[in-house]
Amino acid sequence: MKLEKIVDLLNLKPLSDYNKDLNVLGAYTSDLLSDVIANAKEDRLWITLHGHQNVVAVALLKDLAGVIITGEHYATNDMLKKAKEMEVAVFKTELDSFDISGKLYQLLNNDEE
Amino acid sequence: MRLDFTIISDDFFAAGAASARIKKSLQQVGIPTSLVRRISVAVYEAEMNIVIHAYSGKISLELAREKVRIVVEDEGPGIEDIQLAMQEGYSTASEEARRQGFGAGMGLPNINRAADKFEIESTVDVGTKLVMEFNL
Repeated sequence: MKLEKIVDLLNLKPLSDYNKDLNVLGAYTSDLLSDVIANAKEDRLWITLHGHQNVVAVALLKDLAGVIITGEHYATNDMLKKAKEMEVAVFKTELDSFDISGKLYQLLNNDEE
Repeated sequence: MRLDFTIISDDFFAAGAASARIKKSLQQVGIPTSLVRRISVAVYEAEMNIVIHAYSGKISLELAREKVRIVVEDEGPGIEDIQLAMQEGYSTASEEARRQGFGAGMGLPNINRAADKFEIESTVDVGTKLVMEFNL
């Protein structure tokens, strides 16, 4: 599903520029950076509560579709600066990680049918 | 091609710069994407190990005809029990590092998985040296 459609349907707030036409293949939910490095795959969204610059480095490394920061967690200015510099898409949702993961799962699975 | 980087301890902002640069350079010379990703993962984990655990360190990459060889050398506390450190889940990362999502105890295992060849030497109170090789 196109990233633009996901952003629109899940009401994600973009915190950086993003490629609207990118085809998102899935998502990965985790707050351990090395776990994401080991297991997340390219063109997937990363759902996490972390909002610091190392998240951008990992997302770039793994060619992820973008990062969704959840719940009562917010991106630091350092993170946003780095996201702009590295061209990594960052979004914010007020939902917690469970809820946004569930919604995204439903959205992507229904899209396949 | 040869690339050298100096890594400074506790510099969480600059962390990731070496792996990002290496990723870009390898892409530019036409190394396949999946291999570039494996190399950048290994370099990133090594870079973060220096930031989290050591005082300072150096990363050097050499691109030869058949392989990419990366040597990571740090001055730091060293690793007492390498076998234990290679075990997934074992970590001595600080509270600050853990707050940022590090300290899963997966750094060295991730490097081992990514590289075709991986060697580690360490002397307590002196430092640690990693040598990784990736076949082209």
